[in-house]
Amino acid sequence: MRTSQGDPEPLDHEPPPDLRRSQEQRLLTAWATPKGWRYWSEVNNTHVGLWYTATAFLFFLFGGVLALLIRIQLARPGNDFLSAETYNQVFTVHGSVMMFLFAIPIFEAIAVIFLPQMLGARDLPFPRLSAFGYWCFLIGGLFLCGSIFFDAAPRGGWFMYPPLTSQYQPGIGADIWLLGFSFIEIAAIAAAVELIIGTLQCRPPGMRINLIPLYCWYVLVAAAMVLFAFPPLIAGSMLMEIERAFQWPFFNPAGGGDPLLWQHLFWLFGHPEVYIIFLPSVALIAMIVPTCARRPIVGYGWIVLAAVGTGFLSFGLWVHHMFTTGLPGISIGLFSAASQAVAIPTGVQIFCFIATLAAGRSVRSVPMLFTFGGLATFVAGGLTGVMVALAPFDFQAHDTYFVVGHLHYVLIGGALFPIFAGIYYFYPLVNGKKLSDTLGRIAFWITFTGFNVTFLPMHLTGLLGMPRRIFTYPAGLGFDTWNLVSSIGAFGIAAGVAIIVWDVLRPKRKEAQSERNPWGAGTLEWLQEMPSKPWGVRSIPEIDSRYPLWDQPNFVRDVDQGRFYLPDADEQKRETIVTTAIDAQPVQVLQLPGPSFVTLCAALTIGGFFIFGTYHQWGLAVMSAIAAVGVICYWLWTGTAIIPSRAEKDVGLGLKLPLYVSGSTSVGWWAIFITMLADLTALLSLVFGYFFYWTIHENFPPDPTPGPGVFWPCLGAALALGGWALTVLARRWNRQARAAPFYSALVAGAACAVGGGAALIAGPWFTGLDPKTHVYPAIVWLLMIWTALHIGIGVIMQFYCLARRLAGRMTPACDMDITNVALYWHFVAITVIIAVAVVAGFPLVK
Amino acid sequence: MKSLSEKNESLWLMIVSPALWAAHLMLSYITAAVWCAKFAGPDGTLRPVRWAITAYTALALIGIGMNGWSGLCRHRFGSGRLPHDSDTPEDRRRFLGFATLLLSGLSAISVLFGAIVVFYFEDCR
Repeated sequence: MRTSQGDPEPLDHEPPPDLRRSQEQRLLTAWATPKGWRYWSEVNNTHVGLWYTATAFLFFLFGGVLALLIRIQLARPGNDFLSAETYNQVFTVHGSVMMFLFAIPIFEAIAVIFLPQMLGARDLPFPRLSAFGYWCFLIGGLFLCGSIFFDAAPRGGWFMYPPLTSQYQPGIGADIWLLGFSFIEIAAIAAAVELIIGTLQCRPPGMRINLIPLYCWYVLVAAAMVLFAFPPLIAGSMLMEIERAFQWPFFNPAGGGDPLLWQHLFWLFGHPEVYIIFLPSVALIAMIVPTCARRPIVGYGWIVLAAVGTGFLSFGLWVHHMFTTGLPGISIGLFSAASQAVAIPTGVQIFCFIATLAAGRSVRSVPMLFTFGGLATFVAGGLTGVMVALAPFDFQAHDTYFVVGHLHYVLIGGALFPIFAGIYYFYPLVNGKKLSDTLGRIAFWITFTGFNVTFLPMHLTGLLGMPRRIFTYPAGLGFDTWNLVSSIGAFGIAAGVAIIVWDVLRPKRKEAQSERNPWGAGTLEWLQEMPSKPWGVRSIPEIDSRYPLWDQPNFVRDVDQGRFYLPDADEQKRETIVTTAIDAQPVQVLQLPGPSFVTLCAALTIGGFFIFGTYHQWGLAVMSAIAAVGVICYWLWTGTAIIPSRAEKDVGLGLKLPLYVSGSTSVGWWAIFITMLADLTALLSLVFGYFFYWTIHENFPPDPTPGPGVFWPCLGAALALGGWALTVLARRWNRQARAAPFYSALVAGAACAVGGGAALIAGPWFTGLDPKTHVYPAIVWLLMIWTALHIGIGVIMQFYCLARRLAGRMTPACDMDITNVALYWHFVAITVIIAVAVVAGFPLVK
Repeated sequence: MKSLSEKNESLWLMIVSPALWAAHLMLSYITAAVWCAKFAGPDGTLRPVRWAITAYTALALIGIGMNGWSGLCRHRFGSGRLPHDSDTPEDRRRFLGFATLLLSGLSAISVLFGAIVVFYFEDCR
């Protein structure tokens, strides 16, 4: 290990005991967890992450029970344990719960708990955003799961293909899926923003980009993938819900729509999602393997290649789910090639893990057992994946149980077993006790055996021709025995999982506290004291190595004695250090918001919009949305961009850092930027829809074009761009302390923006486009409403900034609000230009 | 030392090559889809598309090659060797260069994988 000259060293003397005690007392006060019912207002990552993880596991168990019902029904031919109708609900909810309520949230949940600890940060940069995400997840998840008890659950499969779901399934099942999951997906995007900024800007000083734990690379990639994978599904869900509720024919061929558009949008999300699930799970392996091999990982750079490369390539695979839809052979060939290429980075990381274990002195442990089981299973699933990536084989295996077997090998091997490994590995960090080695081994062998007994035969039943999604089958087709074997195996998995659950929940009061860093790991999360303290890390260290606990002398002592940065909370506020993205140079002390119920209120009111919308109670839904806007404004007003009482703070080791930063150095600016990238992706998904319709129709846009014409959209664009320009000027004039021009620009900008939004709506309105008659007016209306809605939100932001300045909560020096709003308006300007170019420009050049 | 400043580094350079792969895939797909749907018909020839994909491939490989070369130069900066795990700006530069180089290699292979279609498909069926 070589370190940079001039790197700060920890204090060379131990701080006096009295000082240390008083520092610890202040830290405890700042990070104290609320008592009683107020506990649920907590926003600290440790608590929120634990709720998140526990809730995701409850949903996992619920999905598992549904899986057992499926296997009971299929255990013998002609079974009537479940009716066809109930079976459809059960398998739809099983798939949806496992994907949306377990696999993705568990990644975010685990990251919320451990990411700050791996980075030596006291918390993530937006603790309330984490809590908000959790409450959205809980409300949306309960809504979806509860529906099955009222015989109202979705029943179109977890992929919800139209026209089955858009035209042939009345009732609210499909609406619950579409709106419930859109709600949860918004929360997932919020968590992704949190994790990206946490990884890039909340690292400890000195933890350069070549030193960050591999887990963080994986989380960074997976969170970035969420930003680009979820918006197409949100856009698709919006199209289908509008079709179901208002009969705009996006997927109905009678009105010019096409069900294949849904498949494109769904799988643009659905395939990357497999890797969004896989990468953070394999990230756990990347932390466990070096510890158990007692050496640094072999091929750190290669694993970074694997994570980033897989993240990219996974977006080029979606069409391999659509090989049998009649696409031209060349399109199939392109995506088949990409599907094979993704095996390269996937394999690279597995070779790195094997090399690390081979080069080290491997220690036998339960986490390693689950790691080996997971890798072996995933490799098997990956190989069958390469088989179905070959189009001729896929034509034969498509929609058979072969695919069911394949996907469970990938997901259980690639995600579930590594997560179980992670549970056994990280459990001491959660409650200070280790789980039982004996129970862990028993659980592993039962689960692993049960898994293979369940899913290996499915490849055979599939090759014998058994289709997916059937609620029963006739005897004598060769399916009987293999289905019975699969059903027996399923109960084996359940027994193994039950042992793990028991091991986690069994009382452990009489057991000794785990020693500190029980596995002898080298990364920062194992700094944690046993039992843990609420502050996370006693002082934020200067990092010189990928494995500081192994390499940096006296490291734990120096951290514990407060010899590094920020050993105190002199204002008794929650604080952490913000650093630069490449070299982790400290740039700010970020004062974090404390416990609050505002996050729960925001989730309830936004959830109200989606839940009332499900029942088509649009009046209540709109009222709930208005209430949500009010709650969010209150949240922002009271909890963000607070002007500190002093400009700088001494964080120790001779370093003073500002308490308030705006612009591209601030975490808030990046949060807006990243969120708006996701938002722009959703717009591009809608534009993709527009051009998709162009390719399938001889006459799209219709000739002569019935609307919206050129005048209204161009007028709307000109006014909206005026609103944008005035907002940018307002930012400048605020910095120059020119109050009158600032206020004038904002008021004029808002007026322009309102006029612009109205003009955009006026286009289709005055040209009489009826969105129910054909998909052309429908998509034009939607693009205009989408754009106008963004302008409307921008107007609220303009008035918010105006009020902040009037109230003295924003000044020329402390201008985070207007800086971030100007950034938002840059994206609005891009949205306006794209939308108007499409609806007004394309008909002219067609 | 000025050239080793953090300001002269960018994470975006790492993803230039994968982005070029993505652009190659999407352009090839869109070109084929639009050509077959709007111009050639279901049985029409793919000849122009094959030439277009060949051109996209050449451009993508040139871009990836340039990005990969810049990665190689940074990877070889000074006298450092793998695993580039020292807490120094030199090793940070070498690491980012190495990651860029590896991602360029993967992207080039993936582009070539995709380009194979020009040898196998002659019409829009």
